[in-house]
Amino acid sequence: MACNSSTCNSSGCYKGYEEEEQPKPNTKAAVNGGNSCQNLCVKCKVNEPVCCGIGGENSRFCKDCFKNNLYGKFKQAVTYNAMITPPDKVLVAFSGGPSSRVVLQFVHEMQYKAQKNYDANKDKSLPVFGVGVAFIDESSTHSFTSLHIEKAIEDIRLIVSNLAPPSKELFVVPIESIFSSDGIDGKERLKELLDAVSDVTGKEDLLIRLRILLLQKIASENGYTRIVLGTCTSRIACHVISATVKGQGYSLSADIQYVDSRWEIPVVLPLRDCPAQELNTLCSLDGSLKIVELLNGPCSGINGLVSSFVKVLQEENPSRECTIVRTAGKLTPFHFNRVPEIHDSNVPSATRRHQKRYTLKPNGSLSSDSFCPICSSPLKKSNFPSSLRSHGNQQNPDLIASACSSCQFQILPKDPSLMEEFLSVLPQQMITKAKHGDQGDFSLLR
Amino acid sequence: MEADSKPKKSGARLCCVCNQNRAALKRPKTLEQICRECFYAVFEEEIHQVILENQLFKPGDRIAIGASGGKDSTVLAYVLSELNRRHNYGLDLFLLSVDEGITGYRDDSLETVKRNELQYGLPLKIVSYKDLYGWTMDEIVKMIGLKNNCTFCGVFRRQALDRGAALLKVDKVATGHNADDIAETVLLNILRGDIARLSRCTSIITGEDGPIPRCKPFKCTYEKEIVMYAYFKKLDYFSTECIYSPNAYRGFAREFIKDLERIRPRAILDIIKSGEDFRISTTTKMPEQGTCERCGYISSQKWCKACVLLEGLNRGLPKLGIGRTQGLNSDAKISNGMVIQEESVQGQLFCTNQVNPEDQFFGFYICKK
Repeated sequence: MACNSSTCNSSGCYKGYEEEEQPKPNTKAAVNGGNSCQNLCVKCKVNEPVCCGIGGENSRFCKDCFKNNLYGKFKQAVTYNAMITPPDKVLVAFSGGPSSRVVLQFVHEMQYKAQKNYDANKDKSLPVFGVGVAFIDESSTHSFTSLHIEKAIEDIRLIVSNLAPPSKELFVVPIESIFSSDGIDGKERLKELLDAVSDVTGKEDLLIRLRILLLQKIASENGYTRIVLGTCTSRIACHVISATVKGQGYSLSADIQYVDSRWEIPVVLPLRDCPAQELNTLCSLDGSLKIVELLNGPCSGINGLVSSFVKVLQEENPSRECTIVRTAGKLTPFHFNRVPEIHDSNVPSATRRHQKRYTLKPNGSLSSDSFCPICSSPLKKSNFPSSLRSHGNQQNPDLIASACSSCQFQILPKDPSLMEEFLSVLPQQMITKAKHGDQGDFSLLR
Repeated sequence: MEADSKPKKSGARLCCVCNQNRAALKRPKTLEQICRECFYAVFEEEIHQVILENQLFKPGDRIAIGASGGKDSTVLAYVLSELNRRHNYGLDLFLLSVDEGITGYRDDSLETVKRNELQYGLPLKIVSYKDLYGWTMDEIVKMIGLKNNCTFCGVFRRQALDRGAALLKVDKVATGHNADDIAETVLLNILRGDIARLSRCTSIITGEDGPIPRCKPFKCTYEKEIVMYAYFKKLDYFSTECIYSPNAYRGFAREFIKDLERIRPRAILDIIKSGEDFRISTTTKMPEQGTCERCGYISSQKWCKACVLLEGLNRGLPKLGIGRTQGLNSDAKISNGMVIQEESVQGQLFCTNQVNPEDQFFGFYICKK
């Protein structure tokens, strides 16, 4: 069989072909004439490599270079998208898993460096951004023993307290506080709400929405200006597929960008370019990055199916997740997929100019989009015929008609007689949204 | 809602449409209990509506039906003739078949098409790879192996269909691509990074600016329903998968969609809807359309893909045109920058990659032929 490689010379080629038949990494390394440093970190070429990046054999790093590589991706995402500026107070959503642990660590390190600069600087012109941590306790939706969750919360408190200075406020909030009523009432209402959703996938997706709403509530009640999520490449790849499968192709591009300013407090994703595999490796390499295991149970229904599918694809080709995210990245984002312009005079003009230069150019029309009151996805205008609005339930015609087709199918009850009851247990924020549904957000039109 | 994987024998349940006959089956698309006659009626009516709403045909059109002898094309030929008669479309229908030269598969399925010609009274034309290109698929596979052969087949078939259609002097070609096929293609294009194809693959009519437009009347029809229809109507079709198909990447998407359909049948149509709704900028760099220097066929490069592949075969360079390689020589400045695996989504009519479909869900019925 002829060798098609254009870079081989005949004697080396024959050997290379033979080696290919019996893969032995070490001898293969010896044969690849050009790469003489197979046994050294590819970046610093000094230390022993201890792990592989996504690129497999070609990206063997030592521990420090591996971490710096990941931190570099994080830092670039933050700077390029002006995610965090000096006057900001960022709330890091912490679930206990590897991605949120890493994003918390990186945000802390960034803050620490900023603090050092501030201390060393005489004129104190650049204040250091504030960081808080939010953990949402979802134990009322599962059957954990209270001991388990208490231990987990203790671990989290310890982690956050060790990340000082600068100190960070920790919010441990149960999911039922999304409802304005307190304690027992909230638990009951939450149970009623989740029981009213018969579709397994709908239930999971509704819970995700409630999580986001609660984070918004915590952030706005405590003066935070940004919410940081540890969403990684792998999770975004899964979201691309599952949104496609649920018929949410139009709104897909809104959910997967670096910045999402649909809500009152913009949500940013600095780990968007980091694959889960690398984040897991980092946590296992670095003993100080403790993960808090929470048995939330595997996703079932469509979300679980998509997860296993992407896993199978990854095994077949380790760069598949990146390709999926890159493809979806070519879809046109929305006007709210950038950080709102900074008009704060406290922010140095250099930062403001930088942000202006690097944030996404708004696409075409800045016309107000209408949003689904349940999942906040932007609705395609043709999918929302105004004739529908006059039908249905008199009290809340807006909500039913203005929900996206996916939520209408998997979340709203099929039986119209159950609709009243369902609407009564929805969080107030969703009902209010429905009322103002198609007025959109004009603040970004300035 | 969790869906049952097998249709239950209904017992005393009545058909939900006519409320008179006993329900004989559960409709895969909607899980409704329905009797045979109503199933035929709703199946045919939905296709009729798709044809009307999308204005696929006009009276006097000469239409070539891409016929492989498989279930999709057989049902398409049957239903189109039926609707043509019933609703007076005024169409002249023909069967057009492509012989790729795959022994043990194509030669058998061609016998089925020849029988269809007699059964449906539609004139048949067969075009073969051997005549058009000088190579059969068996010979090609011997040369290039089992990895990229779907690409060759797909590219060659597209041209073969157009050549056949030109010989028949037809206005359009109708293919049996069903909802499952299109959903798989949407997923494949996401997985492969082909944004340009992603924007086109959900169109029910394609190639309007090319030699012969093509349409897919089965765009909203589920594969399972096509099989059910063919089975109950006792239509004559050939039901073995292409012998080269197990290695195709499409298999991943297919498996996934089968699992998906079990949990949520409407997901297949939802994928197609997503594909239609994707916000893809029209200023995205799309290939410019020209003609091939060698054969005059439509092409975005100097040479059309079929000519590049053929040149590779004839010169003993099987990798030519596969992957992101430079073209034949730098003087000719031929570079097909597209990764070839993406081509394999073309013309999937004949490579259905489907394990005997009846076995899947007809466990209840005795069906093995």
